[in-house]
Amino acid sequence: MSSIRYAEFKSRPYYGVLEPASALEHLIVAEGEGAHAVMELVAKAPAGFTSQATLLYAEGPYSPDNGNTEALRELGFARFHTSATAAAAVPRLEGALERLKMSTEVYLTGSESALSIFVKACTDAGLDYQGLQTEHRGSLARRVQCVHCKGITENVTTQPATCAHCGLLLLVRDHYSRRIGAFQGVNINAEDPSDIPAKEEMFR
Amino acid sequence: MGSTASLPTFKDGTYRDDFSFKNSPETVVRAPFPFDKDEYMYAVNMELHKDGRKGTAYEEPIDMDEHYLAEMRDRALVLDEDPLRCQSLPHMEMAGWDTLELLMECKAASFPEAFSLERDGDQWHWINRPMGIDQHFTFGDATTLPYGPLEYITRQAQGDFVVLDERDGNLWMDAGMVTTQADWSLDFDIGMNFFEWHAPVPLAHEKGIFQRALKYLLAVQQSNPARRLNWTMTVNPRLDTSPENYHQWGPENTHITPENVADKLFLRIELQSFWRLPRSNAILFPIRCYLLSMRDLSTVPKWATRMHRVLKSLPPELSSYKGLDNFREIAIDWLSEYDDGSPTTPGPFPD
Ligand code: HEM
Repeated sequence: MSSIRYAEFKSRPYYGVLEPASALEHLIVAEGEGAHAVMELVAKAPAGFTSQATLLYAEGPYSPDNGNTEALRELGFARFHTSATAAAAVPRLEGALERLKMSTEVYLTGSESALSIFVKACTDAGLDYQGLQTEHRGSLARRVQCVHCKGITENVTTQPATCAHCGLLLLVRDHYSRRIGAFQGVNINAEDPSDIPAKEEMFR
Repeated sequence: MGSTASLPTFKDGTYRDDFSFKNSPETVVRAPFPFDKDEYMYAVNMELHKDGRKGTAYEEPIDMDEHYLAEMRDRALVLDEDPLRCQSLPHMEMAGWDTLELLMECKAASFPEAFSLERDGDQWHWINRPMGIDQHFTFGDATTLPYGPLEYITRQAQGDFVVLDERDGNLWMDAGMVTTQADWSLDFDIGMNFFEWHAPVPLAHEKGIFQRALKYLLAVQQSNPARRLNWTMTVNPRLDTSPENYHQWGPENTHITPENVADKLFLRIELQSFWRLPRSNAILFPIRCYLLSMRDLSTVPKWATRMHRVLKSLPPELSSYKGLDNFREIAIDWLSEYDDGSPTTPGPFPD
């Protein structure tokens, strides 16, 4: 990866910038704003790149009418599939990973949450995370696993955050598990539950 | 090592609810006191695990003390409530058998009145008298044991156990039994490498401590196990200070007062050792926890003095990370009675 961002603690994932690899085939998985990373990738790539490439594009939580889908379609990917969200793209991604050839380069791009989901699908399928190209685009909203009830809360933007499963108020720790695809959330007011700190927007 | 240790008389005692855990005076003085000078900072504090001093926790390669049965009962309770405290990724089965062999061999050699192991090819016969276990099994065949090999043997051994796979010049936390932890989660950390699971530790990354520690660890051979000590403090003799249950035990952190500090606040010592395993080439990392109340410490004047000075001079980042801020001043006040300002003798052992 050509540059490293957001590596301020050691279990935090490194994201870089997508670069065309000299592979025989390419599997690209993008979400939301990641569309622009894909367009830049294609612009850097030699002619014929997209005819060897599959693109799975998750339009984003609200199927925004921003023209990204049409712009990507025009790039002429050999296979092009859309889905509503990153989570909804996972079954198709799993299918593509099952059929993956050795010589395929994998590119992942999108929001922090989407990258968590895509990287986890790839490593669950047996790929080494160090071989994946990743680029962050869009929201820094986090997936957070509650260490108490183990439920995962999606799209966390505040510190602290409320667990969507057990309702405890969670401190989002600077600790990330690739296996779970989430940051760690630990009850922030366990010592004194009557002390309820205000939530601040931290991860946008 | 080599010669056998005398068998402790096992005590009852609980690590929860009524907290009836109590050290006898002999157990206090044999503890692996973690401070060899009057101040503390993170360092690559690793040494060979050998030449165990008689009458101390270092005497046998795998220590056992009077709390053995009580600790094993507590572990069983934790596992009933939360089976995720013991996990093993699929490629770690062989390392599980290596662990079982190492612990059975060590226990039988150190405490022959309590444990025995007979091996006839892959047909093994294990006896654990204190726990009333008599087990015939086939080494390598998990269907002949009531649990997988790692869980089976670590339900019979004090301390937590993490098993590290070595790949790509790094160590990966790929299996473990973790019920006596100082506030970290195996379920969250499993699958991480050495730098990743240490991510929350302050200051040590910047000092290059983890780079050097990993280098040392990768060089550990079967013939030269290593060890180090770590420490924190715990309110009440609670072994299972897990993040999973922090919302339940967290309030106790605010319960220390000048009146109860002597018996309610504990120095929590971890004797950590590192063992290269023969078949899997994995590293076994036992983390054995010793709890000493402030009153226990005061029976060894040098230790109370040291503890006082270490707490007074502890860098604030370490105090906060270890979770001591609620009660550190109260402990310092109580311990000050045992510090007349005169120098302490070198090394960690009592005078
Ligand atoms: C290979 C086996 C090891 C394992 C499995 C292990 C595991 C851990 C874990 C899980 C934590 C808690 C991190 C958290 O806050 O979530 C920790 C803390 C720590 N580890 Fe390790 N560790 C190992 C070896 C070492 C070594 C060789 C050193 C040598 C310097 C070391 C130094 C530390 C330090 C300084 C802390 C902070 C402890 C405190 O202040 O209480 N560890 N370790």
